[in-house]
Amino acid sequence: MAEATTAAVTAGKTQRRPWPAEVSVLIGLIIIALVFEALGWLLIHQSFLVNPARLQIVILQVSIVGIIAIGVTQVIITGGIDLSSGSVVSAAAMITMSFAQVSTYTRAVYPMLTDMPVIVPIAVGLACGLVAGLINGVIIAYTKIPSFIATLGMMVSARGVADWYTKGQPVSFPTDAYAAIGSGIRPVLIFAFIAILFWAIMRFTLYGKRTYAIGSNEQAARVSGINVERHLVLVYTIAGILSAVAAIVVSSRNLTAQAGMGTGYELDAIAMVVIGGTSLYGGRGSIIGTVLGMLIFGVITSGFTFLRVDAFYQEMIKGVIIVGAVVQDVYRQRLRGRG
Amino acid sequence: MSDNIILRTEGLTKRYGGVHALEGADFELRHGEHIAIVGDNGAGKSTFVRQITGVEQPSAGRIFFNGAEVAFKSPIEARDIGIETVHQNLALADDLDIPSNLFLGREERYFNLGPFSILNERKMLGRSREALTATGVKIPDLRNKIRNMSGGQRQCVAISRAATFASKLIIMDEPTAALGVQETAQVENIIRGLKTRGIPLILISHNLRQVLDLVDRVWVFRRGRIAGVVDRDKTTGNDIVAMITGVKSASEGDAAFV
Repeated sequence: MAEATTAAVTAGKTQRRPWPAEVSVLIGLIIIALVFEALGWLLIHQSFLVNPARLQIVILQVSIVGIIAIGVTQVIITGGIDLSSGSVVSAAAMITMSFAQVSTYTRAVYPMLTDMPVIVPIAVGLACGLVAGLINGVIIAYTKIPSFIATLGMMVSARGVADWYTKGQPVSFPTDAYAAIGSGIRPVLIFAFIAILFWAIMRFTLYGKRTYAIGSNEQAARVSGINVERHLVLVYTIAGILSAVAAIVVSSRNLTAQAGMGTGYELDAIAMVVIGGTSLYGGRGSIIGTVLGMLIFGVITSGFTFLRVDAFYQEMIKGVIIVGAVVQDVYRQRLRGRG
Repeated sequence: MSDNIILRTEGLTKRYGGVHALEGADFELRHGEHIAIVGDNGAGKSTFVRQITGVEQPSAGRIFFNGAEVAFKSPIEARDIGIETVHQNLALADDLDIPSNLFLGREERYFNLGPFSILNERKMLGRSREALTATGVKIPDLRNKIRNMSGGQRQCVAISRAATFASKLIIMDEPTAALGVQETAQVENIIRGLKTRGIPLILISHNLRQVLDLVDRVWVFRRGRIAGVVDRDKTTGNDIVAMITGVKSASEGDAAFV
């Protein structure tokens, strides 16, 4: 920034504004993509990037978890964590799907409630996510227990709900209207809409400002008159609703809902957020970072498949990248703290 | 007499279990007056401030602000009535910029949509610039985050914030304790500026040189009680030290005990 040259006027020195974390993430994304491009030419004599079909698959694969990651981003910015999203996806998907079945299927969960207009299962699904998120938020805000524990409880309980709901039977055969929600590239469009919406909310609204303020210094937020508890309830509720959106999209796309679906989504979502430069200590991070983190996640996953690397190695290397992203954040922090 | 009193306490008492942290404090502050509260650790200074800013509720006693009796249930109530506190730990959000911190909890909006109100960042930036100018603080890049600023700059931001919104009274808890010489001078200048603007101030400080330099009267606390109050012009650092340590009692000399 240009003003750094005039910084030392009074009362000590200002450190210049460091470039936004998103720039580092973007550079990371470009480097990783180029590495795969180079390896592609070297090892299997193909281009990784110049392949629209592959890029489309990359984005499709990650955009469902990406919807969850948007919600998790704001949770992590408050200094919390949400481990329940994967289980909430499965519970919400099971319940949603049971209201979206066709009448010609004889073993529907609710034979009286088949062929419903598509708005019904959508509303039911969103309500499931809202309730799960609300419970998370109320417990975290008012009992002051760590969000890790509260959402761990929800993770286990919601998985229980998903198992109990049909006693383990998958729920299938949705109406055409419901099946259309997640078809084609619509998951990407839904993701893009949500990402842009939340980018604007975090950037321009009171909600965003207070989310950052609470994550940055909860005590300061409180003495400044912000109702921290109410805000946290809102943040976790929104995260729950976004998990439900992901549930609707994924069950519609797969034409079925099963109790085991969504397993590991919460960790993938957290990984995308962290790779995207959002600090686990709260206060710092952004939706743009998460979108970039999501793309890195997708590029790595599809890059390894493209290079025909064994899935075991993929997981190992992904783990290293997640830890690396956090180490980089801690290092940035410490470097700043010393100055 | 009560016409020119902005803040008065009667028999203010705070007990934590069996510990008498504050006993029967009768205190008064005049309009436009700058006073200091001094005393040893555990003398009851911070306890006193916590009662008058609504952080805690007194066990007994009454508080009058601007002639009316008040009973703050929270710091926000005290703030809403015009009492701003600069906390020892600053209460700034490190990851936000100056306008966001100045307006934390009272953000300017274009129109009200509850939590999803759109912020008027431009107005907040403009008013922040005015606020910093009014308090005599020069920080070139207002959009920089607090994290990237020096201790002195942070303190200046915290004081500007208090001065911008406190129409009636500012309370500062050890504002220069963590600052270097130059930064301390800067903060002291800001405090003098508040005096000329007629904003009353309660300064809690261990630095007697600073206290005698800046304020009109000094209230000495000792062992949970007010040991006395002296005029700046009629006392010396040694007198105050004697009162703090209990060598000299308040009723002697010209100390006007209320």
